[in-house]
Amino acid sequence: MKPIVSVRDLTVSFHGERAVHAVNGVSLDVMPGEVLGLLGESGSGKSVTLRALMRLLPKKRTRIGGSIEVAGQDVLAMRDDQLSNMRGKVVSMIFQEPALALDPVYTIGEQIAESVVRHEGKSMKEGKERALEMLERVRIPSAKRRLDAYPHEMSGGMRQRAMIALALACKPKILLADEPTTALDATVQIQILLLLRELQAEMDMSVIFVTHDLGVAVEICDRVAVMYAGEVAETGTLAQLVRDPRHPYAQGLLSSTVLGATRGEKLTTIPGAPPSLSTPPQACSFEPRCRFAVASCAAKRPPAVALGERRAARCIHAERTADEKIATLEAETA
Amino acid sequence: MLEEIEDRGGPRQALLDIKGLKKHFPVSGGMLGKKQVVRAVDGVDFGVAKGETLGIVGESGCGKSTTARLLMHLIAPDAGSIVYDGTPIGRDLSLRELRRRMQMVFQDSYASLNPRLTIEDSIAFGPKVHGVPDAKARELARDLLGRVGLKPETFANRYPHELSGGQRQRVNIARALALKPRIVILDEAVSALDKSVEAQVLNLLIDLKRDFGLTYIFISHDLNVVRYVSDRVLVMYLGEVVEIGPVDEMWTNPRHPYTAALLASMPTLDPDRRTTQAPLAGDPPNPIDPPPGCRFHTRCPHAEPVCASTRPSLADAAPNHAVACLMHAANSGHSKAGTMLEAS
Repeated sequence: MKPIVSVRDLTVSFHGERAVHAVNGVSLDVMPGEVLGLLGESGSGKSVTLRALMRLLPKKRTRIGGSIEVAGQDVLAMRDDQLSNMRGKVVSMIFQEPALALDPVYTIGEQIAESVVRHEGKSMKEGKERALEMLERVRIPSAKRRLDAYPHEMSGGMRQRAMIALALACKPKILLADEPTTALDATVQIQILLLLRELQAEMDMSVIFVTHDLGVAVEICDRVAVMYAGEVAETGTLAQLVRDPRHPYAQGLLSSTVLGATRGEKLTTIPGAPPSLSTPPQACSFEPRCRFAVASCAAKRPPAVALGERRAARCIHAERTADEKIATLEAETA
Repeated sequence: MLEEIEDRGGPRQALLDIKGLKKHFPVSGGMLGKKQVVRAVDGVDFGVAKGETLGIVGESGCGKSTTARLLMHLIAPDAGSIVYDGTPIGRDLSLRELRRRMQMVFQDSYASLNPRLTIEDSIAFGPKVHGVPDAKARELARDLLGRVGLKPETFANRYPHELSGGQRQRVNIARALALKPRIVILDEAVSALDKSVEAQVLNLLIDLKRDFGLTYIFISHDLNVVRYVSDRVLVMYLGEVVEIGPVDEMWTNPRHPYTAALLASMPTLDPDRRTTQAPLAGDPPNPIDPPPGCRFHTRCPHAEPVCASTRPSLADAAPNHAVACLMHAANSGHSKAGTMLEAS
């Protein structure tokens, strides 16, 4: 099987008042029907990577390098009209804030119908029929009445459903999801996650799901790429990442979770803060915060060490598990 | 220098005792100019024991932040009483005196600092207002910076925009401690931080609580964090308290159906045990026009006709554990009335 999304050595930098090297050599593959999670903290480059896939970044200030292939097409070589044809038809995106993503002056029904008219050459009437079908599909109660509702007339959870209906109206092959449940309340978040999971399976879509929340990733992803300072620190299946992380950052992220921690006992933390991204990385980006760092970590960029099929970690210690690394460290300091 | 606030009623007396707290916000406009109100906090009773951490959870619009602001008197309550260590606030304790005893840390670390003041000036501001001489206040500020893990020589003269979110939140914590309060209200204080930074700040909060003998009111939407820091937890829904009790008991045996649903909505961390069914359908109702009777009855899997007409009151379901649900009240008219009591 060939990947439907293939990213190679993607670099994205912004040049305004100051330079920011947001993405520094990211390679990713997504197979048809697969859900890939991009997991990372703010500034790790996960959203920028996602936006680059649809070329949604400001043209003048952004420099993009490497290659992006989506459904067999070279995205970085596309003209504007080709991009317009792709967006919404082949690749669609949903965002954290549906209130900003939806147009406030058109009804939900009009917005969905417009997309169907634009991409499938259908009439407005047929578009409206599709809109109704989609609103029912995302389980918006009294869908018929909601067709004529404006975004501000809906609650947060309802708007998120409407945005999903809009994004999926033309049956895209790939859905890009940028923290779509982060702003929602707990009882609504789980409903939207289950809905996305169900629609993904029904429509056999590929999904790239950006999140900072490990629990959310566990609920929806097949595979995960952990990002740090614009690089993929580690990739693997969800179970591999959760049970046997190999990159010290991924290991730290998992052990600093409060879940399972005992009250009164200190949490394991990663000291320090992520690096400024004003220059491209020359060494391991995580080295200043890493308890396992050795001299060579600060001297050159570590390679992505392959650990089996479609599993890799960008760390010279990647072949050893977390427990093994800690044991070695303790033996050395003893 | 600021004197320590002395304890009055002894360890058994509640540090805060809140009764019938109410705040309704008028909403202008509406159809035909009809007057409407948001019942943000609608008759809330609870106590805070000395030295404990009380977690407050609930979804947006449930009134948890409004409750915090009412406690601080940042907004005036419409009704209700707040008694601090046996002294009613407003009558025998002025707001100025109250704020020496109770301080607050907000979610937005940047908006809560004056951008034109250096970190040292921000922290020293409160003590100076309370009569501490300038040099002493600055000394205190530098000392506190050290206590929250920021080197005073590096940070004292910086401005808020020169700091990261985690560092700024440490400054806000230091400022809250500058008046030597006994209670600190943390309103989503770690929610905006990245996970690795959040863990650092939580560790700091736990150390400070021990070192300064503080009492925390910890408001958060993150149930995992609340479980980790709290001794007791208060659950709010649409302006009312639905359950309050010890954290472990609440997690293992939630009494109110809403608490149970909220806990079951948390994403799992076990890839083999994904959630298969959402515990609740739909969004929380609008607090402008909350459902009559039990406010949760429109979403409750156990709702019966009586729930739509009778408002349950908060009553003890177990020692130190109160719940507002007709299933837990004897002879309430609910078919499961009282049975839950025996089962638990």
